[in-house]
Amino acid sequence: MRNQMIEIRDLSKTFTLHNQGSAVIPVMDGANLSVARGECVALTGASGAGKSTLMRMIYGNYLAAGGSIVVDGVDVVQAEPREILALRREVLGYVSQFLRVVPRVPTLDVVAEPLLAVGVEAEAARERARDLLTQLRIPERLWQLSPTSFSGGEQQRVNIARGFAHSYPAMLLDEPTASLDATNRATVLGLIEEAKARGAAIVGIFHDEAARDQVCDREIDVSVFTPGLQGAA
Amino acid sequence: MTPLLKVENISKYYGQRIGCQDVNFDLYPGEVMGIVGESGSGKSTLLNCLAGHLTPETGEVLFEMRDGAMRDTVTMSEPERRMLSRTDWAFVHQHARDGLRMNVSAGGNVGERLMAVGARHYGNIRAEAVDWLGRVEISESRVDDRPTQFSGGMQQRLQIARNLVTGPRLVFMDEPTGGLDVSVQARLLDLLRGLVREMGLSAIIVTHDLAVVRLLADRLMVMKDGHVVETGLTDQVLDDPQHAYTQLLVSSVLQV
Repeated sequence: MRNQMIEIRDLSKTFTLHNQGSAVIPVMDGANLSVARGECVALTGASGAGKSTLMRMIYGNYLAAGGSIVVDGVDVVQAEPREILALRREVLGYVSQFLRVVPRVPTLDVVAEPLLAVGVEAEAARERARDLLTQLRIPERLWQLSPTSFSGGEQQRVNIARGFAHSYPAMLLDEPTASLDATNRATVLGLIEEAKARGAAIVGIFHDEAARDQVCDREIDVSVFTPGLQGAA
Repeated sequence: MTPLLKVENISKYYGQRIGCQDVNFDLYPGEVMGIVGESGSGKSTLLNCLAGHLTPETGEVLFEMRDGAMRDTVTMSEPERRMLSRTDWAFVHQHARDGLRMNVSAGGNVGERLMAVGARHYGNIRAEAVDWLGRVEISESRVDDRPTQFSGGMQQRLQIARNLVTGPRLVFMDEPTGGLDVSVQARLLDLLRGLVREMGLSAIIVTHDLAVVRLLADRLMVMKDGHVVETGLTDQVLDDPQHAYTQLLVSSVLQV
């Protein structure tokens, strides 16, 4: 078994804006990063340094210009869509800052969905969903309602419950503790520590420094990979 | 895993005009592919070539038959193709009236498909029809009503039940949520997603609605002037579009 779960080599990214004079904006160059099983790495750097861009590239959401991103043996840069989908289903979880779901679907089903997708039996999936929603203090009377009508903080907690439902071996966390109160923040940090303990490799963005210090093993300043920003920090 | 459908060099011309040209892709079991583009981009022409409603000038549409052999559906005989479209394929039309028999009861619309594949026992057919109406959220009390007495959203759900009752492996959908108001759309999307997962369906969905493909499709194909200009994972194409036309399409969506 490889010890490195995520291995990024010489990764680069540009955005070409065809409808704005074909401006080419280089946003990342020569990025390298390895994340071992059970390790949590924080991405740091000023706003615009490319933290979210790097996370989105690892998830296959942004297309890399060059280099490789190997997650559990699959190079996301070269992989076919169906290979990336299989990777996302089974290996690579992503807790984004925004909840994006089909309107009208009850919260309980939203949280259970990643488990159903990997073939967990329906009742077991719902049981896990109920457990997570309870831990994250989403009142039971809301479980049958669609989260699209929830407050921002509630939506974020539903998103976290969904992200932690399946025991992904690798996880990407984008500001998982932003806009949470102290109690819920502690719960989320507990979930992250649990995931690390079972061997998950985690890459996260945390503006919450205390949270970062508590759960992250090291920090990578992504501005060293940003063309034009080198040495700026 | 082998593809369910292999599309190779499909071109269709209307006289001198290009309908679609040199389209290639593979679709694997359980995959949902969206085809987007503006009106006249060739997406419906392509869908109709794939489903056997139009004959392309060049190319092959290879479909994996139940015995595992890949057969070109463009060159197979009309009876063979019709058999496929009643069994392994389903086609959901934008306008439910194109896919339903409007003067036959809801139960009859569903039951007719079962009879086409050999079902003969009236009680069983009716029970199965009622079960499917339930799955698409049409109450049993409406089983003897005609589609003309249904709302647009109900007609669309009935069309889906009629199409899926025979357990197809590949579903073609042409603007399945077009013309429905947004609350009805959401309900239909949820229904389709559940059916795709439970039945392990593969589907090709043509639409101009980017929000619909984001929620339903795993992969996306963007067409312009009869050509495929970009393909990829749905969220990647929508969030990091590479082609000038896709960038324009994505940036033109009005935010609510």
